[in-house]
Amino acid sequence: MTPLLEVEDLHVRFPLTEGTIEAVRGISFTLGRERLGIVGESGSGKSQTGRAILGLTARPGEVTAKRLAFDGIDLMAAPERLRRSLRGSRMTMVMQDPRYSLNPVMTVGQQIIESYRAHKRVSGRDARRAALAMLDEVRITAPDRVMALYPHELSGGMGQRVMIAMMLITGPELLIADEPTSALDVTVRGEVLRILDQLVAERGMGLILISHDLEMVASFCDRVLVMYAGKIVEELASGALDQARHPYTRGLIGCLPKLAGDSHPLPVLTRDPAWAR
Amino acid sequence: MSLDPGLTVEALPERRGRAALGFAGGVAGFLLTLAITLFGLVVVTFVIGRVVPIDPVLAVVGDRASAATYQRVRAEMGLDLPLIEQFRVYLVKAVTGDFGRSVLTTNPVIEDIRTYFPATIELATLGTLIGTLIGVPLGVFAAVRSGSVLDQIVRIVGLVGYSVPIFWLGLMALLLFYAKLDWVAGPGRLDIAYDYLVTPVTGLLLVDSLMQGQLDVFWNAISHIVLPAALLGYFSLAYISRMTRALLLNELAQEYVVTARIKGLSEARVIWRHALRNAAVPLLTVVVLSYATLLEGSVLTETVFSWPGIGSYITSSLQNADMNAVLGGTLVVGAAFVTLNLVSDLLYRLLDPRTR
Repeated sequence: MTPLLEVEDLHVRFPLTEGTIEAVRGISFTLGRERLGIVGESGSGKSQTGRAILGLTARPGEVTAKRLAFDGIDLMAAPERLRRSLRGSRMTMVMQDPRYSLNPVMTVGQQIIESYRAHKRVSGRDARRAALAMLDEVRITAPDRVMALYPHELSGGMGQRVMIAMMLITGPELLIADEPTSALDVTVRGEVLRILDQLVAERGMGLILISHDLEMVASFCDRVLVMYAGKIVEELASGALDQARHPYTRGLIGCLPKLAGDSHPLPVLTRDPAWAR
Repeated sequence: MSLDPGLTVEALPERRGRAALGFAGGVAGFLLTLAITLFGLVVVTFVIGRVVPIDPVLAVVGDRASAATYQRVRAEMGLDLPLIEQFRVYLVKAVTGDFGRSVLTTNPVIEDIRTYFPATIELATLGTLIGTLIGVPLGVFAAVRSGSVLDQIVRIVGLVGYSVPIFWLGLMALLLFYAKLDWVAGPGRLDIAYDYLVTPVTGLLLVDSLMQGQLDVFWNAISHIVLPAALLGYFSLAYISRMTRALLLNELAQEYVVTARIKGLSEARVIWRHALRNAAVPLLTVVVLSYATLLEGSVLTETVFSWPGIGSYITSSLQNADMNAVLGGTLVVGAAFVTLNLVSDLLYRLLDPRTR
């Protein structure tokens, strides 16, 4: 059976006047209908990996790969038209902060319905019904009232649930969640994650969860990739964090705050330039 | 950590009611601001009228009048009253639209304005229409292909629009399209043959002639207005296209544009429906202000094209020390400017749900 996603030797480069920045430097992994976590610090290339898979690398970025395939479709060779029809219908992404990622001058309803009708030939009434059902699935009560609201009238948790509803309404097989909870209040993170978890399980989707929060990713995913300076430095089963070998991963784990005991001074990660080579 | 769904519903804003209240409040505030600003405008024109070294009495009676006549006219004009009393009279008259008589045309100033102002409105409206309908798409293409040859061309077109003086460009345009090629009619609003065929109702020649079914007058008027309107349109196009480009580039960098692309929307829809719809909010202010500028500031164009508009009316009144006409004209143009400004504020609220 073909895996859902194959990535082999993926590079993302940004040629700038000051020289080329290589955000992703040759990473490879495959993904089935499973949950894969990608952790790493800011600038490690984890978000650029997600965008490259969707074909949304910002200009003037260049993407190269030995193989980048979705469900057997060679994405590197696919024309833009095909990639666009895959985007939003079979592969999708939830971004970090609903305050910025929702269009401020369109109502929630307009945005969800637009997402649905971009890929389905349905009447406005059917689209509206689907949108209401989807809002219900992300546990928004009184969905018909929420449909008429503008993004600035939503709380962060609600905004992110709307975002999830908007991105999953077409029934995609691959979801890339790029820091889906880091802009939210701690109190609603669990709620949003649980909804995401349930939908992914029910629909049998493949999930790539991108985060800098090692513990959260480990508790949520089956496998974890650790990225540093554009490379995958380590792959771990999520139950086996203690078996991490790479000094960067061990350093990250060592920096996790512990409730028991008094760790003073707080541990700080010491970087070895050799990691980035 | 679970969220009680019942609680979130209560926390939802009741949208319709609040929006209506916000808008009504906006209108009330709008009217108040309008009243205050217009009062300020009346004060300023009053002070100008008293400060300029022009004797309004002399303008009426002439240099050779006897001292007695001078005193009589001075009293008739209310100039012997205390200043504050003069202002009260001036204010009441201004509010009722009585700006006195023009020395130059001997008509009441308000009647002159009724004849001249529509000519300017007609020209400025057409100019803004041209500037917006061409300027906005040009700005959009320049933003989407920023750095390309097209972007450079739009930049140069805009730069020329900014920097070439209108009297030169106007004369050149007349020389080429009227004198040499004979594609359009020359200066003025109409050929003499068509004068007085249309009864002024709105004062807008294009509208009046259409409503009265005078098609040949309409086409003659079009032939006269097309050149000055295109010139004014070019100047507003220069400004509007630059602003559209800048505003749209700013929107295209926003996260919701990425969201729209993730949805798999076509690039055209991402740009026009998502990004431009957001840029339209500040862009509206740009267009309205550029319209207001054309209303008050097209004196040069009106002069070059012998256009009987408010700009040339005020200018020729000024040259003839016709203070009633100058102050009346200034007041009306000022009022139009202030009103347009506030209207753009109100429209802003309509377009942007965050300000409601």
